[in-house]
Amino acid sequence: MSVASLNGGRAFLDLVKRDLVLAFRTPGQTLNPVAFYLMVASLFPLGIAPEKALLSQLAGGIVWIGALLAVLLSLDSLFRSDQEDGSLDQLLLSPHPLPLLVLAKISAHWLTTGVALIVMAPLLALMLHLPTQAFPALLLSLLLGTPLMSLAGGIGAALTVRVQRGGILLTLLSLPLYIPVLIFGTGAVQTAVEGLSYSGHLLWMAALLMLGLCLAPLAIAASLRIVADG
Amino acid sequence: MPGYCIKPLRAVSPERQVRVTVEKRMNWTFFHKLGSPKWFYEISGKWLPWLAILAALLMAVGLTWGLMFTPPDYLQGNSYRIIFLHVPTAFLASAIYVMMACAGVVTLVWKMKLADMALKCCAPIGASFCLMALITGAIWGKPTWGTWWVWDARLTSMLILLFLYMGVIALRGAIRTTNTAARACAILTLVGVINIPIIKFSVQWWNTLHQGATLKLTEKPSMAPEMLWPLLISIAAFYLFFTVVLFLRLRTEILDRERRTKWVHNIVTAGAGN
Amino acid sequence: MLEVAKLRCERDDRVLFSNLSIQLSPGELLQIEGCNGAGKTTLLRVLAGLSGDYRGQVIWRGQKLSRVYADFRLSTFYFGHKPAVKTELTPVENILWRSSLRNESYSEQSVFSALEHVNLAGYEDIPCGQLSAGQHRRVALADLSLSTTPLWILDEPFTAIDVDGVAWLEQRLAQHISEGGAVVMTSHQSLSKLSDRVRKLRLEAFSAVDEETGHEESEAWL
Repeated sequence: MSVASLNGGRAFLDLVKRDLVLAFRTPGQTLNPVAFYLMVASLFPLGIAPEKALLSQLAGGIVWIGALLAVLLSLDSLFRSDQEDGSLDQLLLSPHPLPLLVLAKISAHWLTTGVALIVMAPLLALMLHLPTQAFPALLLSLLLGTPLMSLAGGIGAALTVRVQRGGILLTLLSLPLYIPVLIFGTGAVQTAVEGLSYSGHLLWMAALLMLGLCLAPLAIAASLRIVADG
Repeated sequence: MPGYCIKPLRAVSPERQVRVTVEKRMNWTFFHKLGSPKWFYEISGKWLPWLAILAALLMAVGLTWGLMFTPPDYLQGNSYRIIFLHVPTAFLASAIYVMMACAGVVTLVWKMKLADMALKCCAPIGASFCLMALITGAIWGKPTWGTWWVWDARLTSMLILLFLYMGVIALRGAIRTTNTAARACAILTLVGVINIPIIKFSVQWWNTLHQGATLKLTEKPSMAPEMLWPLLISIAAFYLFFTVVLFLRLRTEILDRERRTKWVHNIVTAGAGN
Repeated sequence: MLEVAKLRCERDDRVLFSNLSIQLSPGELLQIEGCNGAGKTTLLRVLAGLSGDYRGQVIWRGQKLSRVYADFRLSTFYFGHKPAVKTELTPVENILWRSSLRNESYSEQSVFSALEHVNLAGYEDIPCGQLSAGQHRRVALADLSLSTTPLWILDEPFTAIDVDGVAWLEQRLAQHISEGGAVVMTSHQSLSKLSDRVRKLRLEAFSAVDEETGHEESEAWL
C-alpha cells in the first residue's frame, strides 16, 4: 500500500457516521444539552421578571447564553468517551491526517448539538417574546456561531481529555474563546430588534468561522497528540 | 511532537540522515547554549543583584516623583496619581502574555526546557499584575466614574486576560507529566494570543454598541511632561521588578527540575556546607 | 523493519529504561517481559508512535520514524490496553469503523467469518454493551486477524481470553510471522506453540541508569 492510496474522504464520512450512530443510540445523552438549554432559558424569566417588555429586550442574550452553556456542557464528552475506551489511540494511529479526523468529530458534534440548539431557538425566542423581526438574525447568528463554538471548544476538550473531572477546567479554557462569538451573536440579534442592518455582525462571525475552520482542527490535533503522552 | 507527514517518501540513507542532523545541530549550538538551564542559572546569578538594585532605585525615584512631586491634574485632582501603579501593571499584564506566547513557540519548535520554565514562571506573575491592574482600575474608577466597576472596553478585556492567565495556570496544575504540561500550555497560550486581538476588537465594538460614550481613559490628552517622565520611569521600574521576580522564580524552577544533575547537586551540597 | 537505538524513557522522574536497542525483522516475534511498572506499555506506545516523550531513535524501514509516520501508520496495527470497542455499536460496526481508520476495508463476509473464529458467532448484531470484557477484546482480536498490516504491536493480547482463544491467537500469530509479518507484544504468558520463533526481551535489564547519557547532554529536551 502506498501513501497515495489513502482515502481520506471515506474515513471522514465513516467517522461522522459512527459518531452520529453513537448519538442516536444514546438519545438520553444527546438530548441532555438541549434539555439544559430549555431549562436555562426558562429560569431567566423566573429569576428576573415575567414582563413582556423587559424580556423582549433580553431575549436575544438569554437564548445565546443558553446555547453557549449547552455547548459547553456537551463538550466534555467530545473526546473523553473515545479516550476512555481506547478509541482515541486508534484515531491518533490512523494514517489519515489527524486534523481531518478531528474535523469529522467536530462535524458530528455540531450535527448532534448545534443543530438541535438552532431548531429549539425559535421556540425559546417565542417564549421570551423576542420581536419577530429579530428571528432571522437569531437563527443566522446561531447557524454561524454554534459550529464556531464546537470548533473553539474542541481545543479545550482536547487539552483536558486526560484530566480527571476536567469539566470546570474545560469551561475556564473555553470561555475566553467564546466571548467574541457571544458578543457578535447577541449584537446581531440586538441590532435586528432595533430594526437596523445586522449583516456586519454576521460577516464578522463568518470570518471567525473561517478562521476557526482553518486553525482549530490543527490546534486540536496537536493538543490530542501532546496529551497522548499522558 | 509526532506529526503526520504525507510528503513523498524520500530515499535517504541512514548515514546521510545522521550527517544532516549533525550539521543542523552545529548551527544551533549558540542557541542551545542560551537555552541551557545551567548557563542561565550562572548568568542570572551574576545579574540578579544589579537588576534588583536598579529596580529598587527606579521604583523609588519613579513612585516618589509621581506620587509626591508632580502637580495634581486639573480635572481629577490627586486621584489620577494611581496611574503610576495602574499603567505599568496593565502594561506588563499584556506584555507578559505575549512573552509567554513567544516562549510557547520556542517550547513547541525547539523543545527548549528553559522556555517552558519561563512560560510556567511568567503565568502567576502576569496574573498578579493583571489582578493588580484591575484592582487599581477599580479604585481609580470610584472617584472618577463614581462606581467601582464599569463595563468599559479596557477593563473588560483585562478581565478576560485574567481568565486566560487562570486557564494556563490551571491547565499546568491539572497535567502531571512535565513535558506534556509544557507543550499543552504552549498550545493554549498560542491559541490565547491569537484570540486576544479578536477579544479586544469585539469588546470595543460591543462597548460602543451598548453604552455609547462613557467616561473614557482611551482618549489621552497629551500628557504633560512632568507627568509623563515619572510614568515612564515607573514603567521601566516595573519591568525591572518583573525581571527580578522572574529570575528568582526561574532559578528555583531550574534547581527543582534539574535536581538530579551533578551541577545542581554540587550547588546544593556547597550551600549546605557553608 | 523496525529499529530502536539507544532508547531512553523516563516518567515521573524515574528512568524506566535506557540504552535500549532493538532490531525487529520480518518474520520475528518479540516478546517484551517485565514486572508491573517496568515500562512495557510505555515502550509499546513509543514504538507505535503514540508517545514522543523519549530520547534516542526509532527507525522505520531505514528512516527516522518522525519522517515516515504516514507510511508507518499504514503498516501498523496497535492493540492497546483498552480494546477500543464502542459499547453502543455491534461487533460488526466496531470492526468496520476501526478498519476504516486504518484505511483498510473488509467485506461483510470476511468480518462475519472472523467473528466466528473468535467465538462470537451469533453476537454479530448485539450491541457490545451487552458483551463481557473478554468478548470486547475478542472483537478487537477479530479485527486484528483480518488486518493485512505487516507490523503488529500488541499490549497484553491474552488478557481476559480463555484457553481456546489463547490457542487460536497463538496460531494466528504464527501464521502472521510465517507470512513475513512482525510482532512486538507484551505478555506474561509463555507462548508454548511459538517457542522456537519468539525472541524475549527483559525490560529490567535496561533499567540501570548509565551516567554517560546523563541529563546534561540530553537531545530531545535541552
